[in-house]
Amino acid sequence: MTGTADLLILLPELVLAVFAMAALLAAVYTEKDGLTPLLIWATAGMFLLVAFWIGVQPAGARAAFGGMVVDDAFARFAKVTILLSAAAVLMMSQDYLIRRGLGRFEYPVLITLAVVGMMLMVSAADLMTLYVGLELMSLSLYVVAALRRDSVKSTEAGLKYFVLGALSSGILLYGASLTYGYAGTTSFAGILSTLDAEVPLGLLFGLVFMLAGLAFKVSAAPFHMWTPDVYEGAPTPVTAFFATAPKVAAMALMARLAFDAFGAIPGDWGQVVAALAVASMFLGAIAAIGQRDIKRLMAYSSIAHMGFALMGLAAAAAGDPRVAAAGVQATLIYMAIYVVMNIGTFAFVLSMERDGRPVTDIAGLNQFASREPTKALCLLLLMFSLAGVPPLLGFFGKFAVLKAAVDAGMAWLAVAGAIASVIGAFYYLRIVYFMYFGREAEVLDSRMAPAQWLTLTLASAAMLAGILNLFGVEPLAAMAADSLVR
Amino acid sequence: MANLLSIITFTPLVAAAIMALFLRGDDPAARRNAKWLALLATTATFVVSLFLIAGFDPAAPGFQFVEERTWVLGLRYKVGIDGISILFVMLTTFLMPLVIASAWEVEHRVKEYMVAFLVLESLMIGVFVALDLVLFYLFFEAGLIPMFLIIGIWGGKDRIYAAFKFFLYTFLGSVLMLVAMVGMYVEAGTTDIAALLRHEFPAGPVTILGWQIVGGMQTLLWIAFFASFAVKMPMWPVHTWLPDAHVQAPTAGSVVLAAILLKMGGYGFLRFSLPMFPVASDLMAPFVLWLSAIAIVYTSLVALAQTDMKKLIAYSSVAHMGYVTMGIFAANQQGLDGAIFQMLSHGFISGALFLCVGVIYDRMHTREIDAYGGLVNRMPAYAAVFMLFTMANVGLPGTSGFIGEFLTLAGAFQANTWIATVAATGVILSAAYALWLYRRVVFGDLIKAALKSIEDMDRREKAIFAPLVAATIILGVYPSLATDIVSPAVSSLLTEYHASLPAGGDLRLAQH
Repeated sequence: MTGTADLLILLPELVLAVFAMAALLAAVYTEKDGLTPLLIWATAGMFLLVAFWIGVQPAGARAAFGGMVVDDAFARFAKVTILLSAAAVLMMSQDYLIRRGLGRFEYPVLITLAVVGMMLMVSAADLMTLYVGLELMSLSLYVVAALRRDSVKSTEAGLKYFVLGALSSGILLYGASLTYGYAGTTSFAGILSTLDAEVPLGLLFGLVFMLAGLAFKVSAAPFHMWTPDVYEGAPTPVTAFFATAPKVAAMALMARLAFDAFGAIPGDWGQVVAALAVASMFLGAIAAIGQRDIKRLMAYSSIAHMGFALMGLAAAAAGDPRVAAAGVQATLIYMAIYVVMNIGTFAFVLSMERDGRPVTDIAGLNQFASREPTKALCLLLLMFSLAGVPPLLGFFGKFAVLKAAVDAGMAWLAVAGAIASVIGAFYYLRIVYFMYFGREAEVLDSRMAPAQWLTLTLASAAMLAGILNLFGVEPLAAMAADSLVR
Repeated sequence: MANLLSIITFTPLVAAAIMALFLRGDDPAARRNAKWLALLATTATFVVSLFLIAGFDPAAPGFQFVEERTWVLGLRYKVGIDGISILFVMLTTFLMPLVIASAWEVEHRVKEYMVAFLVLESLMIGVFVALDLVLFYLFFEAGLIPMFLIIGIWGGKDRIYAAFKFFLYTFLGSVLMLVAMVGMYVEAGTTDIAALLRHEFPAGPVTILGWQIVGGMQTLLWIAFFASFAVKMPMWPVHTWLPDAHVQAPTAGSVVLAAILLKMGGYGFLRFSLPMFPVASDLMAPFVLWLSAIAIVYTSLVALAQTDMKKLIAYSSVAHMGYVTMGIFAANQQGLDGAIFQMLSHGFISGALFLCVGVIYDRMHTREIDAYGGLVNRMPAYAAVFMLFTMANVGLPGTSGFIGEFLTLAGAFQANTWIATVAATGVILSAAYALWLYRRVVFGDLIKAALKSIEDMDRREKAIFAPLVAATIILGVYPSLATDIVSPAVSSLLTEYHASLPAGGDLRLAQH
């Protein structure tokens, strides 16, 4: 059954997997960690190359391995986003890792394996592929969370992430087994075809359990508890990675599962997703107010943002395929914008240090603008954009999902989102407040690695320049959404 | 030129981008370059905007210079002007070079200061030309950021408090507006302002939580918009952010705030509340008229008690904006003409008054009225200019202030005699506080030691005041310059307004 054609479709993933193993061997047989800086750059370059390769693939959907894996515009959009963000995170964290003695060669290797897992996830067309991809990603991430082995916080983060992640995998697996039991098949297309008749209750249970398991991965409330602790405990480059690529992958997988496997009963998953969206938006907005640690703050911020992205997906549950496609498109655009904003912000967080020691307390930003006006302005743009203040790019992301919700007849969801975004604006503004108007205090060091500086400037410039045409992401996202919503 | 409006809107923004990207360093040469570049950009914008006046046809109905193109996410970039908005665009482009010139002596972060003002100019023009709901909201909201920074970075001692108060007040108001805009989009299925103006929003009563709401959806939308515009205007009792913001803002910031930003509220009433929700406007008109009358009398009395010059003028601004809302919601030709004229004239007069305060503040670094006295002895030119604008603020015939007050009072008189009577006492009160201020600052003997060596205005300052003096007097003796442009647009607005009211429902006009 398996032929060259099947392998060709999975070639990008295979190339990356082989690269990861080669890198592992190379590091073991040479001077181990001495190779890390080179390895990080090589991995980032590899990601960029593969992203370009996937980007120029011909349009159209192709299935491989007897329908286990699918390669369509949706998968390609998600893969390119994942690869580009992973590359950006690697490049900007190289300096931090080396300087903090974290330059272990396992880091780029594990990140590569996690990315392969994510690429499998977004291509999944079968519960098996879904689970294999998810676990490949999760297991790699558990390890990198505990990268700083001699730090209690980092190991705690790794352990916490592992225990809760295992729980969520268990829930997901339980849901998958229920689904298999009632549908009699693990293939998404097969599950979809059994939904024509009356939907058995067990299948609904399966759906809800799987959604709950995925909600853990995107850290949507009420399955968000691990996020702040893991974000805080993990080394900052790892946190930056957690906040970007895995979120895109899990969100895409959720959309994939909802449409490919359960597309016939949108009303049933739509309610769940809408409830997750509202809970996440408000929890993220309110709980972040009390945070003093910028990494915890970004954790709650990402919870709130996932709520907004889920709003697009909830809107996609509308029966009309045109409206549904607009909802998926809005989610994809939101995720793309979210990733850019977060990469820019974390590029700054990586550089926060005083006397050579990392600082994560937001009070450390006091009067930062008087020392470093340009960097402060960049961060200001990113903060206003995260808050969704017009006319910055973040507003357009929010606008896309709000409009999708209104078009789907869920005006109440849009209003809830607008209110949550106002509450959320407070803590982003407070960072700006500290930078520009804060008390006189010991200012942060002005040192910043060139890669971080470049990422920060590019991301904040994108917040302004993107409003012209969203860098052409819109038609790509539309194509991706159309391939999912048929 | 097919895209004249876009050129006018974005010229300052392009200049700001050039300045931010290519101007390096903070040495005197860089500062000088920043100032000259800003002055050049704002003057060029003004010159280009003269083509608007030249090409504008007041008699033609609807919007002119319309540009429309698709943008992202199903949004459209659509701009255009009519007889109402063109004056606000002109006011903005006319005042901005003067604002830049008035900020010439700033020493602290000059480049950023100029960038903030240029960005602000683009956004303010954008508000007045936007013909798409979302575009309007974008410009309206985005203007908060530069103003927030102008107050927060270059302001006075309590600038942080004032900046945050300013931001939160206006932000809360506009969030309600955003919700209303979502509602309008759901109802009408479009965000095109021209199409929304033609759409009839349902006005049948609705029941929410056991409360029956007369005017239904129109009333709800009207209230949401009112929350935003009333704060921006500002109307009593949500005006309290304004005195704080004015006192703490730098002189140029105060001028922009008083002369242009406050007009966005009035413009919003004219563009949205009145034409889109006529039934609700008619229902709420008595409420707004009374609020305006209270604002005029109450804030005039408060102004009398001030010891800080900027605060006094800020309260006087609130009172003058009371005439504007009164004229708008009188909903007749004189009232609306007068309201628009009053906004225009207030732009010149209050801007000039804040500049007058700035002139002596630059010299003495205090705004306390008690610190001054007898300035006429050493500053005759200043005394003359200050007197002209004091008189214009009072509404002396021959100045533009008179026309606006007279027309709005005449309009209000037709709508409700009592309101007009109460509001007319404001004219007396404004004479009281303005003349008293003038007497205490300018007249008397020059006995304070610190003032003995004060210098009169230099050439730069005179050059700033000259266009303002000219505008105030020319509009005062020849108001048709503005009213000829406004009247056709106002009368077509009013025709549609009265046509959309239920027959016999317009009781307040029938009484007279």
